[in-house]
Amino acid sequence: MIKLRSFHGGVHPPTHKKESTQSPIMAAPLPAQLIIPFRQHAGEAAKPVVQVGERVLKGQLIGEPVGPISSSVHAPTSGTITAIELQQIAHPSALPDLCATLVSDGLEEWGVRQTLSYRQLSSDELQKHLRRCGIVGLGGAVFPSDMKLRHPTVVNTLVINGAECEPYITCDDMLMRERAEGIVRGIEILRHALGTDAVLIGIEDNKPQAITAMQRAVDESSHPFKVVAVPTLYPGGSAKHLIKVLTGVEVPSGKLPTDVGVQCYNVATAYAAHRAVEHGEPLVSRIVTVTGNVEQPRNYEALIGTPFSELVELSVAKADTNRYIMGGPMMGVELPAVNVPLVKASNCVIAASDVLFPPPPPAMPCIRCTRCAQACPVELQPQELYWFAKSHNFGKAQEYDLFDCIECGACAYVCPSSIPLVQYYRYAKSEIRARDHEKRAADLARERHEFRQFRIEREKQEKAERLAQKERAAAEAKAKAAATATVIATPVDPSADTDDTQQMRIDAALARAKEQAATTPPKNTETLSPAQRAEIEAIEERRAHIHELAADAGADDEPPKHSQGN
Amino acid sequence: MLSSPFITRTLSVDRIMLRVLYALLPGIALYVWYFGPAILVSIALAVTAALATEALMLKLRDRPLRPFLSDYSALLTGVLIALSIPPLAPWWLPVVGTAFAIAVAKHLYGGLGSNPFNPAMIGYAVLIISFPHEMTHWLSPQDMGHSALSLGQQLHYIFTSTLPAGMQLDALTMSTPLDTLKTQLHLGMTVSDIRDLPIYGRLAGKGSEMVAAGFALGGIYLLIARIIPWQLPLAFLGTLFALSGVFNLIDPAHYAPPLFHWFSGAAMIGAFFILTDPITSPTTAKGRILFGMGAGLLTFLIRAYGGFPDGVAFATILMNMCVPLIDAWTQPKVFGKKGSKR
Ligand code: SF4
Ligand code: SF4
Repeated sequence: MIKLRSFHGGVHPPTHKKESTQSPIMAAPLPAQLIIPFRQHAGEAAKPVVQVGERVLKGQLIGEPVGPISSSVHAPTSGTITAIELQQIAHPSALPDLCATLVSDGLEEWGVRQTLSYRQLSSDELQKHLRRCGIVGLGGAVFPSDMKLRHPTVVNTLVINGAECEPYITCDDMLMRERAEGIVRGIEILRHALGTDAVLIGIEDNKPQAITAMQRAVDESSHPFKVVAVPTLYPGGSAKHLIKVLTGVEVPSGKLPTDVGVQCYNVATAYAAHRAVEHGEPLVSRIVTVTGNVEQPRNYEALIGTPFSELVELSVAKADTNRYIMGGPMMGVELPAVNVPLVKASNCVIAASDVLFPPPPPAMPCIRCTRCAQACPVELQPQELYWFAKSHNFGKAQEYDLFDCIECGACAYVCPSSIPLVQYYRYAKSEIRARDHEKRAADLARERHEFRQFRIEREKQEKAERLAQKERAAAEAKAKAAATATVIATPVDPSADTDDTQQMRIDAALARAKEQAATTPPKNTETLSPAQRAEIEAIEERRAHIHELAADAGADDEPPKHSQGN
Repeated sequence: MLSSPFITRTLSVDRIMLRVLYALLPGIALYVWYFGPAILVSIALAVTAALATEALMLKLRDRPLRPFLSDYSALLTGVLIALSIPPLAPWWLPVVGTAFAIAVAKHLYGGLGSNPFNPAMIGYAVLIISFPHEMTHWLSPQDMGHSALSLGQQLHYIFTSTLPAGMQLDALTMSTPLDTLKTQLHLGMTVSDIRDLPIYGRLAGKGSEMVAAGFALGGIYLLIARIIPWQLPLAFLGTLFALSGVFNLIDPAHYAPPLFHWFSGAAMIGAFFILTDPITSPTTAKGRILFGMGAGLLTFLIRAYGGFPDGVAFATILMNMCVPLIDAWTQPKVFGKKGSKR
């Protein structure tokens, strides 16, 4: 038995997992048309390598990775590429992204599948293979799995995340129940590539069947892996928190688990690694929970690119369904439309209604009750962060560790004043990012400007010097001539003269520069009327909103620090 | 478009306040038992004034009435003020105190959540400074045979300030046990002699000690229900106990014993219902301990050496001032930053 630790805070929202675990995973029927985004992973979007009109086979590469943090995208079935264009995707910003449209031919004809015997392979070769197969973290953060095998430090513990702490989501639960053997094989592949000894598989204790299945598979494999039941506590499936519970190690803020000798993969990622290595199958499908306000909540194995609408139809959404959430109720995002495609990150779609998720009552003022601080797994002071974000005191917010917030929603979940705390944090983060960006741009512009000024001045000086030299030469020539003519002529001091003119020219230039600076009016907001100020605020707000959208769209570019253990 | 989380737990502000009000019930019941129903009239007056002032201020500040009037926070302020002033007081005493608390101490500072000082304690402080005479006539417990007034006569007094012919206010009322202790000590009596006076019971004032016990009972419910944090009452009562204990050991003739302090005056209601007001107390665990200790120390000092018989109200207000500082000093380290300096 290993000794379990605990982390501060956490909440116990109703899990609603029973509904979707009553029936086995079902293969979703082949859709007539698939939409495959080229950006389904953290990092650079993949570059299309197929032409419109081209016939592709199932598993054929259609987008290749660009740069170190990127991954591959494959055709989920055989058929014809009919378009490569911007389309709406499962992102709350509703901004379109580059996607391939694939009309399936119904044949499901596989391309070449390269199976490997991992024991003979080096970590490097396995990394290449995973990258080629488009394996990314399936816990939600979709970080390229090959990158996580590349680490400069010694990793002695591999943590496998089967916690699945978010309410409603059961795709990992069902995968563990039904395909434990494949998961265990995948874990062994990852363990081999990492070169670790200890493997800890953490599963929340509200999934007894998954725990039993995984234990049995581990026993049969005779690998020395440990299956550990961890207490059900949201957000116990956050990679850093699961690592804390299982190993007692707190991954330092801003660091990666590998910095403390631990690496963490999700169970579904391990399974995908197994399929990729031992069956040669790239990541073209995944398990997804369809639940909430539907008649038949269950899990489907669906091809990447399947429109959510088809899955929802299979489960029969109830009449009062008015929106769809991708992910769980704590951290999920509302889909901009139900016909957007399933992507590698899609673990769950919840049909929602106002009965299932009633709109919160209007927010009341914060009463400093600190229920949020007691719930925060990162030990932040959410009430202070809220105050700073609200008053646009972003420097203070950063000082109070805003960027350590994992946006888990535990604080907002318990807030008696129904304050949408997480929204404030997202807003503050995006605003800070935007300002940093602007500041960088402004710094650059200023530097450029200063350099230009400097260059102009220098050119002027050089010109003046050349002029002076000429004058000096002329004067000298004159003096010489005069000297030869009359010995008593008093020579003028040429250098004094030119120094003076040069100084005068520089002074004039400086005066001009000062004048220029003075004519640029300072941003004087104190003298404005309240109405004007309100207007400016409104403009700023619009600008902030745009920033937010832009920042959200760009947020995927950063390697996620706190993933749900991909 | 709404964003995550899409679900919430439903312990709203009004429910929290309601539980605090429930927790006051045992103390109020014992109050009525020992001192008669006049306190209920006081509470009714204070609550009416609280809600009316709240409504007026919301209107003036152009805020919606419904959510704020129904959050029970103004109501709670009214009840706490009524409980801290003499029940047999002219009607305008609770009304003025409560109106000031709500209008000035709460709304002029920005309303619910923004007030730095505990409104009820500000209301109390204003009254004891402005109307010291009215504030010192406390009803004697009924079983001492002095409460000769019927409820009707009490009401008559509250609203007209006239007593039935031939009755003296001084004969019906007394000063508080803490007040008496202070006066008699000045007159040269020892603590043990003073405590033999008929107004004292087993631990502290007759009757009032039981009311304090009732508040403690409600407070323990709040602790168990996790409505209030444990650090505040524990640090406050602990400090008060330790200090009075030390002084009582050294000089028992001039310093009352710890339990006397606990069950006198506003110590219990203060520990569980006043210091624990989340808006005006620190937000960190360490900060709460500091705050409670500071309030305990000040309460003891004021009781022992100050010009007022009880110190809870002034201790609370003084400590309220320190809250921003305490909070800033005691920020905890976040996950993954334990080893580093903030
Ligand atoms: S839970 Fe809500 S009301 Fe309580 S301190 Fe936090 S933000 Fe304020
Ligand atoms: S959303 Fe951020 S502040 Fe709120 S509980 Fe989660 S980590 Fe803490």
